[in-house]
Amino acid sequence: MTALPSPFVQIDGVAMRYGGVEGTLALRGASLDVGEGEFIAVVGPSGCGKSTLMRLVTGLWPPTEGTVIVAGKEVSGPLSIAGMAFQNPTLLPWRNILDNVMLPLEVVQPHRRQLRSQRGHYEHKARELLKLVGLAGFEAKFPWQLSGGMQQRASLCRALVHDPRLLMLDEPFGALDVFTREDLWDVLQDVWMARKPTVILVTHDLKEAVYLSDRVLIMSSRPGRIIAERTVPYPRRRSLDLTYTAEFQDIVHELRDRISDARKAEAPDAR
Amino acid sequence: MPADIPRSAEALAAAARRRRRLEHALPWLVIAGMFLVWEAAVRAFDIQPFILPAPSLIAESMVKWWQPLLTNAWATLLTTTVGFLMAIAFGLALGVAIGSSVLVYRGLYPLLIAFNSVPKVAVVPILVIWFGAGFWPAVLTAFLISFFPIVVNVATGIATVEPELRDVLRALGARPIDIIAKVGLPRAMPYFFASLKVAITVAFVGSIISETVAANEGIGHLMLVASSRFDVPLVFAGLIVTGVMGVAMYWVAVTIEERTTGWATRGQNDPRLATGG
Repeated sequence: MTALPSPFVQIDGVAMRYGGVEGTLALRGASLDVGEGEFIAVVGPSGCGKSTLMRLVTGLWPPTEGTVIVAGKEVSGPLSIAGMAFQNPTLLPWRNILDNVMLPLEVVQPHRRQLRSQRGHYEHKARELLKLVGLAGFEAKFPWQLSGGMQQRASLCRALVHDPRLLMLDEPFGALDVFTREDLWDVLQDVWMARKPTVILVTHDLKEAVYLSDRVLIMSSRPGRIIAERTVPYPRRRSLDLTYTAEFQDIVHELRDRISDARKAEAPDAR
Repeated sequence: MPADIPRSAEALAAAARRRRRLEHALPWLVIAGMFLVWEAAVRAFDIQPFILPAPSLIAESMVKWWQPLLTNAWATLLTTTVGFLMAIAFGLALGVAIGSSVLVYRGLYPLLIAFNSVPKVAVVPILVIWFGAGFWPAVLTAFLISFFPIVVNVATGIATVEPELRDVLRALGARPIDIIAKVGLPRAMPYFFASLKVAITVAFVGSIISETVAANEGIGHLMLVASSRFDVPLVFAGLIVTGVMGVAMYWVAVTIEERTTGWATRGQNDPRLATGG
């Protein structure tokens, strides 16, 4: 964890309401800070506005109230320094894996300008990334020829190819089986250790949150806000054996209890 | 034991080949069967040629009138193709506009529906007043009748881009036009080709309607002249020629579709795509 004077991502008193004045209040009074290069996980009961938080940070939607500051600037529109991956890999079926991974380069400046003249350089970069996640040799395959876990690896590469300083992951492993998920935890861990982006991982898997992050933030039920946080003490590189130790289990239990409390406390006045 | 496996695999392959051959032959068998039943029914019930001519009589008429059939078929093919190409250009542009903008959709869609509900045969006289009888009314009727399915399908393909994918691109700072070019249009292609298959067949309907109302050439005109002379076999010959042209154009559309959007029909009875890399 780095101790910079001002945090990389700063969310202050943010509220978000959908569909006008009478709409659903997804977030209220949400505040959190993330340091540069920090890996945080956001957990909470379902429908607590975790995904909304992600969209606010990447500037896809403006908050109804409050401010979102990323890299020292208030977010007022989409941020091209962010990479995103979702539960659904959303690869383009008409592009092979390499071309899918290179999609952001066709959009984000300055890569967009340079892509044609430095195609070799960028292609090499994409191939290196695919190698890092264990997809070497699959560059020319199409998404439907890959398993769900492999598609998710490619989706991760697509989120990383333009060297984003901020990586936003919205339940990226939610649809995978346990073994694939655990493989990908380590893939993500290696990627983070190699490139040190700031990561905000939204998940409902507490084990995943504790295993991967420096800090776990707990959100309340809708309207969501951050009600507690838990620093994870383990040094990296972490191994899966860690998840079977008593201390690790205790942290997971502690988080679990806090979330159940949150659900009980906030349920009646959810609107 | 292991020796049995290749043999059974061979047998399976042979069965698959037989099945594929049957699938290819089936359309021809069905068509031949239909003509046979038709011929037999006409003979068995002694139906008069001016009510329902037998296929043999139609074939005779085709041979006899092959020259006018060919020139008029060519005229119809030309008007239909020109109208169809106009429908593709206009349909694609309007489909993209409607699919990518809620405002355009809300504003234009009711008018489009109203427009499409107007029977095109009622429009032909107006077109004749504007352009005179002949080429242009037929082209425009083919165009008017065939652009609608293209618009609807292209718009659907573009409007149904996955929200997450849209977010990924928007978060990168993609402009709406980037999203349409990188995702919307390629994604709409299977819908577009599906609509072409409908559009090309109705385009023939359009041009022939127009030729029947006001033209001095084309298959529609030929059928009108033939029926006024009670030459029913020739009317049927015209119908069959139209059907053949429709199938031919449909086949062209399908071939282009398979070449360009194979990714959308992957693994559906095409082993080349399922194992290719």
